[in-house]
Amino acid sequence: MRFSGFSVLRNALTGQSGWTPHWRKASPKPAYDVIIIGGGGHGLATAYYLAKEFGVTNVAVLEKGWVGSGNVGRNTTIIRSNYMLPGNIPFYEFSMKLWEGLEQDFNYNAMVSQRGVLNLYHSDGQRDAYVRRGNAMRLHGVDAELLDRDGVRAIAPYLDFDNARFPIQGGLLHRRGGTARHDAVVWGYARGADARGVDIIENCEVTGFRMDDGRVVGVETTRGPIGAKTVGMAVAGNSSKVAALAGLRLPIESHVLQAFVSEGVKPLIDTVITFGAGHFYISQSDKGGLVFGGDLDPFPSYAQRGSLSTFADVTENAMALMPMIGRLRILRSWGGIMDMSMDGSPIIDETPVDGLYLNGGWCYGGFKATPASGFCFAHLLARGTPHPAAAAYRLDRFATGRVIDEKGVGPSPNLH
Amino acid sequence: MRIPCPFCGPRDVIEFTVHGEARQRPVFEAHELDTPAAREAFVDYVYLRDNPAGLHVEHWYHGIGCQSWLLVTRDTRTHDILEVAYAAGEEEPAPAVVRTMEVAS
Ligand SMILES: Cc1cc2nc3c(=O)[nH]c(=O)nc-3n(C[C@H](O)[C@H](O)[C@H](O)COP(=O)(O)OP(=O)(O)OC[C@H]3O[C@@H](n4cnc5c(N)ncnc54)[C@H](O)[C@@H]3O)c2cc1C
Ligand SMILES: [Zn+2]
Repeated sequence: MRFSGFSVLRNALTGQSGWTPHWRKASPKPAYDVIIIGGGGHGLATAYYLAKEFGVTNVAVLEKGWVGSGNVGRNTTIIRSNYMLPGNIPFYEFSMKLWEGLEQDFNYNAMVSQRGVLNLYHSDGQRDAYVRRGNAMRLHGVDAELLDRDGVRAIAPYLDFDNARFPIQGGLLHRRGGTARHDAVVWGYARGADARGVDIIENCEVTGFRMDDGRVVGVETTRGPIGAKTVGMAVAGNSSKVAALAGLRLPIESHVLQAFVSEGVKPLIDTVITFGAGHFYISQSDKGGLVFGGDLDPFPSYAQRGSLSTFADVTENAMALMPMIGRLRILRSWGGIMDMSMDGSPIIDETPVDGLYLNGGWCYGGFKATPASGFCFAHLLARGTPHPAAAAYRLDRFATGRVIDEKGVGPSPNLH
Repeated sequence: MRIPCPFCGPRDVIEFTVHGEARQRPVFEAHELDTPAAREAFVDYVYLRDNPAGLHVEHWYHGIGCQSWLLVTRDTRTHDILEVAYAAGEEEPAPAVVRTMEVAS
């Protein structure tokens, strides 16, 4: 079933009776060429590109719950390519280019909306830092514009420009950034992978690895053992737990990040805004709710709920940036478990165990990375060599000193 | 979340700073520092973590309180705190600030 304006119209006239399930409910076969652990955005995108770009179709995605139940269905949906360091810029720009063609590519409406991402600055020093970042982006062909106060005022007149402590001086605008509908990204990749023969197996938790002479030859699961020539882990906040099943310790700590949504209001914020004096970011969903978030909880956590003190901090930031938000009621809050790496950058690499590959350490910026992460991981699984855009995301970079520390805070995962 | 500080009693988590898994820093003589063994031990110490879903022993610092370094045993699945002790194993914290505060009150 292909989606088109015509199919929407035809179904509108025939009582919406022509739609079929987007993917099969597959049961495990005895063995596959490639098994991907984790049916989040990255796992599904990997399967999709393996089948579509690299011709590897004997693939299973094993998901312990249902697809999209992890972080990919919990994030604040911001996509952007405003990174500064050499290892990062090409990767995130590759991802942005894939976002720009994604809906045509997988024939699914992911509601990719390039409504812009505006990072505010509140001091001269911060302005200089954004000039530097903007220049680095432009040198790599990424769009960036430095706005002064009036430039920001034209976009968001309702902000508290004269806040006594954090007056807004301007902002760095990345127009090609924006948002995408996270669930639709999951469904689009799942549907596209399934159509090319990939088995998406839900309620199937990986509980161990089958090894032969130091090499992975399959996995143990709650639905029985399954053989595989190659196994890729893409389990985000559970990376350490799954890697431990193969005896590995990772440069990763798991933390909970919360997000919040307000009651729906009329169109108000038509871009993504980040506060520069604290950690706070906000956008508006198409249903009208303001979607926002801030810092993670500072202590390691596997509980998918956040603490009240972090919530208080987020709302204080909100009030400092746009006091009118105090009139809104918050509808919901939720949390997801982030795989915080030691330098704030991800890992897409082989592991010391033969046949076992790792995709993890996404911190809280992995949604925007979904297309490129899937593409590069598929490249690695199919060819055994890193894709050039992800060549810096090595697992051994911590030992070799080639860390990619965008924020410059050192090996404190809760600060990235 | 409240942490029962052995000196101050139960206090809100915002008074504390967490400094991650409590681990023993590798010990090497100066002349051994530039050896593969030392490098491996330090890479492990600085960058690698067990990151368990379950009991986790952590360093916390009671900055807006008695300024003690604490060893907190916490369940990362439930956020329950099972045990709190002084990190250095001493009976009472030593920082001067605490004494001053006592004099002032
Ligand atoms: C509140 C919040 C806000 C965020 N905001 C943004 C944002 O605005 N922009 C952005 O770019 N990023 C954001 N992120 C980060 C982004 O969501 C993640 O980095 C990204 O989704 C992680 O990759 P994933 O989609 O594959 O993870 P997940 O969706 O978590 O997928 C991993 C899957 O693995 C499964 N799994 C785990 N263990 C096993 C096992 N043993 N066997 C089988 N399956 C297993 C899990 O059930 C899960 O479904 C946010 C995250 C959160 C929580
Ligand atoms: Zn105390």
